[in-house]
Amino acid sequence: MRKGEKFIESILFVCSALTLLTTAGIILVLSIETFGFFKEVSIIDFLTDTEWTPLFSNKHFGIMPLLAGTFLVTAISLVVAVPLGLTIAIYLSEYAPRWFRDVVKPVLEILAAIPTVVYGYFALVYVTPMLQAMLPDQVGGFNALSPGLVMGIMILPLISSLSEDALYAVPKVLKEGSFAMGATKLQTVKHVLIPAAFSGISVSIILALSRAIGETMIVAIAAGQQPRLTANPFVPIETATTYIVQVTMGDIPYDSLEYRTIFAVGMTLFVITLILNNISFWLKKRYHQAYR
Amino acid sequence: MKKIILLIASVAVVLSSCGGSSDEKKTEGGTSYEGQEVLKIDGSSTVYPISEALAEEFLGLNPTAKITVGVSGTGGGFKKFVRNELDLTGASRPISKSEDSTCKAEGIEYYEIPVAFDGLVVVVNPANDWVKSITVAELKKIWDPASQGKITRWNQVRPEWPNEELHLFGAGTESGTFDYFTEAVVGKSKSCRGDYTASEDDNVLVQGISTDKLALGFFGYAYFSENQDRLKLLPVDDENDANGKGAILPSSETILNATYQPLSRPLFVYVNKKSVAKPLAKDFVAFLTESAPKLVPETGYIPFAPETYTLIKARVTAGKTGSLFVGLKSTVGVDLDSLLKK
Repeated sequence: MRKGEKFIESILFVCSALTLLTTAGIILVLSIETFGFFKEVSIIDFLTDTEWTPLFSNKHFGIMPLLAGTFLVTAISLVVAVPLGLTIAIYLSEYAPRWFRDVVKPVLEILAAIPTVVYGYFALVYVTPMLQAMLPDQVGGFNALSPGLVMGIMILPLISSLSEDALYAVPKVLKEGSFAMGATKLQTVKHVLIPAAFSGISVSIILALSRAIGETMIVAIAAGQQPRLTANPFVPIETATTYIVQVTMGDIPYDSLEYRTIFAVGMTLFVITLILNNISFWLKKRYHQAYR
Repeated sequence: MKKIILLIASVAVVLSSCGGSSDEKKTEGGTSYEGQEVLKIDGSSTVYPISEALAEEFLGLNPTAKITVGVSGTGGGFKKFVRNELDLTGASRPISKSEDSTCKAEGIEYYEIPVAFDGLVVVVNPANDWVKSITVAELKKIWDPASQGKITRWNQVRPEWPNEELHLFGAGTESGTFDYFTEAVVGKSKSCRGDYTASEDDNVLVQGISTDKLALGFFGYAYFSENQDRLKLLPVDDENDANGKGAILPSSETILNATYQPLSRPLFVYVNKKSVAKPLAKDFVAFLTESAPKLVPETGYIPFAPETYTLIKARVTAGKTGSLFVGLKSTVGVDLDSLLKK
């Protein structure tokens, strides 16, 4: 009996160690290849050069155009998802009748279950032509706007669901206190609930942000493959993730500088999302302390 | 994405041949290749439609044969070819000097089989009403490495064109199409600006150009013939009256009679000599030279004249290995027949 217990315990330990080891292995590979990359390319060029053409004879290794593409699409998606997601969260937690909330919440969460490749083709063959019909002669067949809008829909449940949980978790006494002081529902939401749930809401936005930055399929299909430093949402761009897809689908020789560029780009993305996740972790911790 | 589909397609080709062999062991007419090794074909994505059509047709006649057709680009195909991993590899440019010398060092002898002509096309969006034709000099101006970040509007190429952004699309850097286009237009292989949408997947380029009024792009003729109604083809003027006056529209006629210059080129299949010792590969190569005139047009490419195929076949039967093209500076405007007679 005890022997069996020990056996199961050790299996559990191996399982959790496995995830740790995988993470460590990925970081190790990323670091080694990135180190190899920076032996040949200066990190200052990498961060300051405004052109990204590592596959061409006139090589430039400026990550800026790729990050600009990534952030442009991400910003568009947040412009869609944050106001919409917060409105939904407030409505569901404070105003909606219970049966409505019970129906809408699972439906919203289905949005998160749609495969991203479906979102990608939705952007390419439906949203882009619609935008072109609305703004004739301005929108390219590949552009940042269409995948940005669609990605906004994709990350919407992340924001609405987590924010709703945060609003819901605000201690009842605060709300009732506010009502007792004669505040209206809207005043209570604005001045009591949102400030109290602020760190929870921030966590949801940051998680959505890092999800959007790492999103690959939608942008690979609908945003184009032309790295350029622009804030124009109507022209083809290339995001960091699309570049990695492009290179791994081509025939770049193994162990070449071109091959190592994808690790440098991957490392950059990793560092960005790591920082974001740490911020959200820190916020979450503060939030838990506040009401304990 | 196309690669994944191709992978599935090639698996399906293998499966269908396996299925055939288990169902009916002796089909009438077909030779039995029971128990023989799989014939491995790989290489250029441009040649893929041809090798795939040939493999399909061959399997239809000989259901016991096993053939796989992969796509890893011209350069990627040669890399496997020199490691003895392939029987045949497709190439949208002739074997390079370094690839040829690696073959020699590894003791690999090969047959070089030109299979068809391909034209590169320059296309714009059908809604583009200002471009009627384009000269090679203008193409060079657009694609030259020095134009990167500078030539970004239509009126910088020709002043009477509108003052609108120019959106460029073209083949990816690992494709033979890219090598050929840069050599023919810019003058030096692989020398090109980097700020355009570069993709090895021609369907991405078709999609991009067909939905963007300000687009201009280039890719293989076969992909144009599949998407004629979504693209506008541009006549190209090389400003050399010796091979046809003015701008010339690519068509099977102008590509074959060498007036559509400099953007037409021969495509190749390279065969490992050791493989030809095996019956399957030997029969497949014979099938290739015989049925190419019939199958090539179905794939959207342009076949040579029947006499040219006879010359090619004669070289293989005579056991003449090695490349006729490796010493040539370029295949731009090459006269195939006189080369083959050497």
